[in-house]
Amino acid sequence: MAGALVATLLAAAAVSAAEIVVGLNAELTGQIPVVGQSSLNGARMAVDEVNQAGGLLVGNQRYTIRLQVEDNEDKAQSAVAAAQKLYYQHGVIAMIGPNASRNAVPAADIAESARAPMISPWSTNPATTRDKRYVFRAAFTDDFQGRVVAAFARQHFKAQRAAVLYDVASEYNKGIAEVFRQTFTQLGGQVVAFETYTTGDKDFLSQLTKIRAARPDILFLPNYYSEVPLQVQQARLIGLTVPIIGSDSWGFADLLTLGGSDVEGLMFTTHYAPDIATPVARRFIEAYQARYGSAPDDVAALTYDSFQLLFQALQQAGRVDREAVRDALASIERYEGVTGTMQFKGSGDPIKSAVVIRIENGQFKYFTTANP
Amino acid sequence: MISYLLQQAINALQLGSVYALIALGYSMVYGVLRLINFAHGDIFMVGAFLGFFAAAIMRWPFVPTLLFSMLATAALGVTIERVAYRPLRDAPRVSAVITALGVGLFLEHFVLATVGAQPRQIPRMIPARFYPLPGDIGFSSNQAVIFGVAVLLMLILDLFVNRTLTGMAMRAISWDIRHLPLMGVPVNRIVSLTFAIGSALAAAGGILVGLAYPIIDPYMGILVGWKAFVAAVVGGIGSIRGAMAGGYVLAATEVFVAAFLPSTYRDFVAFSLLLTLLVFRPTGMFGRVWAQKV
Repeated sequence: MAGALVATLLAAAAVSAAEIVVGLNAELTGQIPVVGQSSLNGARMAVDEVNQAGGLLVGNQRYTIRLQVEDNEDKAQSAVAAAQKLYYQHGVIAMIGPNASRNAVPAADIAESARAPMISPWSTNPATTRDKRYVFRAAFTDDFQGRVVAAFARQHFKAQRAAVLYDVASEYNKGIAEVFRQTFTQLGGQVVAFETYTTGDKDFLSQLTKIRAARPDILFLPNYYSEVPLQVQQARLIGLTVPIIGSDSWGFADLLTLGGSDVEGLMFTTHYAPDIATPVARRFIEAYQARYGSAPDDVAALTYDSFQLLFQALQQAGRVDREAVRDALASIERYEGVTGTMQFKGSGDPIKSAVVIRIENGQFKYFTTANP
Repeated sequence: MISYLLQQAINALQLGSVYALIALGYSMVYGVLRLINFAHGDIFMVGAFLGFFAAAIMRWPFVPTLLFSMLATAALGVTIERVAYRPLRDAPRVSAVITALGVGLFLEHFVLATVGAQPRQIPRMIPARFYPLPGDIGFSSNQAVIFGVAVLLMLILDLFVNRTLTGMAMRAISWDIRHLPLMGVPVNRIVSLTFAIGSALAAAGGILVGLAYPIIDPYMGILVGWKAFVAAVVGGIGSIRGAMAGGYVLAATEVFVAAFLPSTYRDFVAFSLLLTLLVFRPTGMFGRVWAQKV
């Protein structure tokens, strides 16, 4: 009896040998559920495409891809627990996610100790990949983006005096705010107000009143899409009429529905613009729209790219082995993705450029391409 | 400088009105039952979501939205008391507090499961208008409505508690719940009423938050709930006027700390000040000393 059971289990293991399990660690609930949902949509598209094409050819064998999803509740502890579960319990070859830096930074430590690849689609904080061997990302870094925004504020808006309001309890916001301050000052500008709040705050009047008193000529809000509309509304309410700019955390349809006419005309830097897409991107956007009924946002596109990067690395490695996949990822020469062309040169950060989006008639419109 | 101070004071009045309305619920329930109702922040959240339902889906104007949300949330408060707290009235206090935490989580996840985790926007119910004051400052129509409604509700409550027979019964319960039935006071009915009023005020707070900060989500009650609880303790938990004062004191501390120090220090300095206050007045600003009879 016991023998029969063992035989069945072995048989089951043999069947699943032609299967590669990939983990997704996403913010499905918590402060930024849209991010988790978009990430899941992007992941499902990437995996289903490969499976419908008969699986992924690695070495000489075809594998079907199985997606194992864990919700990290947008909390650092849960992101760590989800990473441990994926690597040790489900034995995934690699983990895609978490997306927000506040979750990706702690989860990256788990990837290092598990000696297994992790690709964060959307985390832009340098700490996510810094001194890490197994951690990669599909997005550019805050250092890069902070420099791009600061240069754009100086050149396009001719801003002399900048103000920043950011969430001090969140890695992403804090990181990008600091790089902005540094670069803006280096470029000859002056940061006249550098104010903070903590995640979950809804009242920013006190800080904004202080900012107004400092008489800036531009306001930078490197904050998440659920908070930005409140900040813009309150800034306008107290008569702070200067231009407001943002970063890639703005790039969600929810910013438009929650912000309405208040966010009209504002600009932010981000990963890609759907309206100037390459053929690769256009195919993805059309398929996404057909399947989900909405345009893919940055997270959906970056998650899709993360999976494609992993698939390309698996094929390049030629075997289902964490170490080999890691080596392949670190040396990807050229990957034509939805969010642009990427190259990896030994580190976990891709080399790519950013775009500036302007909100026009309740839509994200391409404005310009930017490099620092 | 003066105008900067005044503008920050207006900001503090807006935030304080919300804290005060929510703090009242903590204080009233503690007054009658010696129970810290940790579900109160989430009751406030449900009030805001009912407001969203009325204003965004039914497209009702401000006053019907406010009344609907207050009534429905009052009913919710009464139900929670009847189902979750009354069976535990003679149980150790810690069991009741744990139950309250459980009820709070239940409400959060109930809304999460039924409405979803996406933040929602409450439509603009009051036409946006800005009233300038001398010295480059001013206040908005929203701020005026928030402050006005909060003060009106608090005045009504104060009159009710201090001038009516039912109000007297409520105060009597907070003195001695054990022997009060002997005087012919229907304790259960008064407790239910307390929950109804506390929850209705929290709902009003939720609608006012919806005016001032029109983006709501199922977790919005946690942080505001904690702050309102602190306001209630600072004011003297169990005291109604204390809760009102506590709300404004907490808001003023937060706003003015952020106004003059780097805003990163806001919560750290604000709560240190409030802790210092509690060291010198452990029962809060308006609290009374409870004699323990042996």
